[in-house]
Amino acid sequence: MREFKTHEYDVLVIGAGGAGLRAAIEAAGSGVSCGLICKSLLGKAHTVMAEGGMAAALANVDDRDGWSTHFADTMRGGQYLNNWRMAELHAKEAPDRVKELEAWGAVMDRTKDGKILQRNFGGHKYPRLAHVGDRTGLEMIRTLQDHGIHQGIDVHMEVTIIDLLKDGDRVVGAFAYEREHGRFILFKAKAIVMATGGIGRAFKITSNSWEYTGDGHSLAYNAGADLVDMEFIQFHPTGMVWPPSVRGILVTEGVRGEGGILTNSEGRRFMFDDIPDAYTSSTSDNEEEGWRYVTGDKSARRPPELLTRDHVARCIVREVKEGRGSPHGGVFLDIAWIKEHIKDAEAHIKKKLPSMYHQFKELAGLDITKEPMEIGPTTHYVMGGIKVDSDTQMSTVPGLFAAGECAAGLHGANRLGGNSLSDLVVFGKRAGEYASKYAKENGAGSVNNDQIQQIAAWAEAPFDRGDKAENPFTIQSDLQVMMQDKVGIVREEKELGEALEALEGFKARAEHASADVNRDFNPGWHTALDLRCLLTVSEASALSALNRKESRGAHTRLDHPDKSEEEAKGNNVVRKGPDGQMQIERVPIPPIREDLAQIIEENK
Amino acid sequence: MPQVTFKVWRGNKDAGEFKDYQTDITEGMVVLDAVHQIQAESAPDLACRWNCKAGKCGSCSAEVNGNPRLMCMTRMEDLPTDQPVTIEPMQAFPLIRDLVCDVSWNYEVKKKIKPFKPRKPDNEDGTWNMVQEDVDRVQEFRKCIECFLCQDVCHVLRDHHKHEEFIGPRFFIHNAQLEMHPLDTEDRLGDLKDDNGLGYCNITKCCTKVCPEHITITDNAIIPLKERVVDEYYDPIKKLFKMFKPKKPDAAAGK
Repeated sequence: MREFKTHEYDVLVIGAGGAGLRAAIEAAGSGVSCGLICKSLLGKAHTVMAEGGMAAALANVDDRDGWSTHFADTMRGGQYLNNWRMAELHAKEAPDRVKELEAWGAVMDRTKDGKILQRNFGGHKYPRLAHVGDRTGLEMIRTLQDHGIHQGIDVHMEVTIIDLLKDGDRVVGAFAYEREHGRFILFKAKAIVMATGGIGRAFKITSNSWEYTGDGHSLAYNAGADLVDMEFIQFHPTGMVWPPSVRGILVTEGVRGEGGILTNSEGRRFMFDDIPDAYTSSTSDNEEEGWRYVTGDKSARRPPELLTRDHVARCIVREVKEGRGSPHGGVFLDIAWIKEHIKDAEAHIKKKLPSMYHQFKELAGLDITKEPMEIGPTTHYVMGGIKVDSDTQMSTVPGLFAAGECAAGLHGANRLGGNSLSDLVVFGKRAGEYASKYAKENGAGSVNNDQIQQIAAWAEAPFDRGDKAENPFTIQSDLQVMMQDKVGIVREEKELGEALEALEGFKARAEHASADVNRDFNPGWHTALDLRCLLTVSEASALSALNRKESRGAHTRLDHPDKSEEEAKGNNVVRKGPDGQMQIERVPIPPIREDLAQIIEENK
Repeated sequence: MPQVTFKVWRGNKDAGEFKDYQTDITEGMVVLDAVHQIQAESAPDLACRWNCKAGKCGSCSAEVNGNPRLMCMTRMEDLPTDQPVTIEPMQAFPLIRDLVCDVSWNYEVKKKIKPFKPRKPDNEDGTWNMVQEDVDRVQEFRKCIECFLCQDVCHVLRDHHKHEEFIGPRFFIHNAQLEMHPLDTEDRLGDLKDDNGLGYCNITKCCTKVCPEHITITDNAIIPLKERVVDEYYDPIKKLFKMFKPKKPDAAAGK
């Protein structure tokens, strides 16, 4: 018998980024007991990395904006695979969630008349992103953290969940270990909210931290929940490419929002060369008009650098492939050029993009106020995730809710920049609200002791691998290289098939991932256990990518380069079959409500 | 660059020692990369915290060649590599293992500081008006990434262990951003004077020097807080004035 401590809550929130914190605040505020699990220390979750801003149609900068335009932009950006009801709720509720952050102490940048300032971003028709320089995510998480610690939430830091526990169909708890000494903990809960973020660590080049191993996706999948849209992984067009050790670190889209331009080795602004049909009417075809847009001229159209992320990433890949890349295999992103237009450009850049300035200065020895940056695509965000009810955020497993990046639906085939931070608070709140409701309406279930003992034995196994022991870091790194290579930005059937085959090999290797010494704060052991989650999300992505025989949004197929109306009629759903194997199904998109269809039409 | 030797602190709260590791250094590497490489090559159980690897989360604080630093923002090219590079945990907090210390005290301290309490909204839709000039200084403090390097280097904590009576530079910054927040109506000066040990700070500015976010902690936060405390509690004229004034001051004024 392995020992463990037990905690019991009405609502357990797993993950303490923007979505998890917002869910926990809502749950605690509705009068139920609430536990919050952080994989790291509180306030360190990946939300701190968000830079550009939070999209909400406040209409503070351009009074033509409103929820319907935001809704239409989100649907267009997602290439109409979005859950339209979530896109509607998101556009309608985001402004209130932003204002609420201000009421809790957030200090966002201001307009001249003292309101919350909003900035331009890719795919948003009007300046819509509430922001604080280029550290908006930090502002959000700190605000939620500092408010949250006074709401009676029980915070468990540096705790990793390794399995969910069920009673019949329903989720009733979670089993975990704490990092400090590797001791096991049982969390009993009437309802659970997943808010674990993304899967970026499945790839070699990524802007994501070590935590992003797809835990929520994998835990929910293993508990029987459906995952949807897993082929859609956003490769952010601008990650650092040099020096090698910083490859993948994010360069905010805010650089382009403030007037930054993309050029190739010939000095050409190549984004003018390919403007998709859906955006020709809203995109400028000359440099002069593009600059006017950036400086707030309402009659001007957007520069092509502010097209959606999927498209910009593909154009960069094209330039590099055709031999017009920068010395280290990227292209140039230039903000220093604005000195041609404005007098005090250096101070302006430092004020608007302070952390970008420091990031390049300190990590690459480059002054962005004087020289162009070298950038290239980096794995950034997964649009796919746990399939949830649009209004309640409950998954297909009763009692299990999800919000933020690990949930899916809002973003469809491609997420617009700025729609993530607003997603976190809009659906974090909803998940917290409905999880509390569920907890109030349902009593405590019972947990199965045998199941707990099995999980604990599985978790201890890496210390006892015998002769076949393998270094978990090597397995993880090999997996990242394979996924980058075969399930990366550009895909084809042959390689996706090879990826699925290779994953079977990785599953076998993961059985031998070993750990040494003891369970006290042991990263080798943690990495060995994280492999299972990484393998689940890798398989879900490869299988879904193989199944979608078209190119749409973030999913690009060399062997199916065009969009297909037939393929776009449904979303890919994967789930664990009765035989334990992963199954895939194409689920038709429900017909859109008439009034929403009309809004989309009017905004075309 | 060639192979470099690292002397890394290995151990727990009971015992420990520096151990030598060699690893190859390539162009642009930071100290955190070297630690990860050592983990992957020869010490998978080497404990260290990290998250963003871009100087934004404040997790990988440690002392590199004796200097409190974020490991992710310390470039190998800036260190002398002809001699061993030493990496050890922060000294102001109890050790958990290797490079990881128990920073939970900081979280407890923050809980005791009175939270943000805004004045009534200025507008009917529940919003407020603030101009950029009025939020600039608060935004400086809100850049803090809670790496706790300022706490680590503060002699009141590091050498004198006044954790019970002194909240440290990080939480003076936190107090300052609340006190100087244009919307806040709470009064924290009494706590700063009596419970938070503001008087212990003798303005050596060590905290300012190590701040990876370049927040001017001492000049912009601690000294103005000290001045406010003096004005509120030790100004004889004000004291006299107060005797004839009704008890409840307009908290929003003077913010």
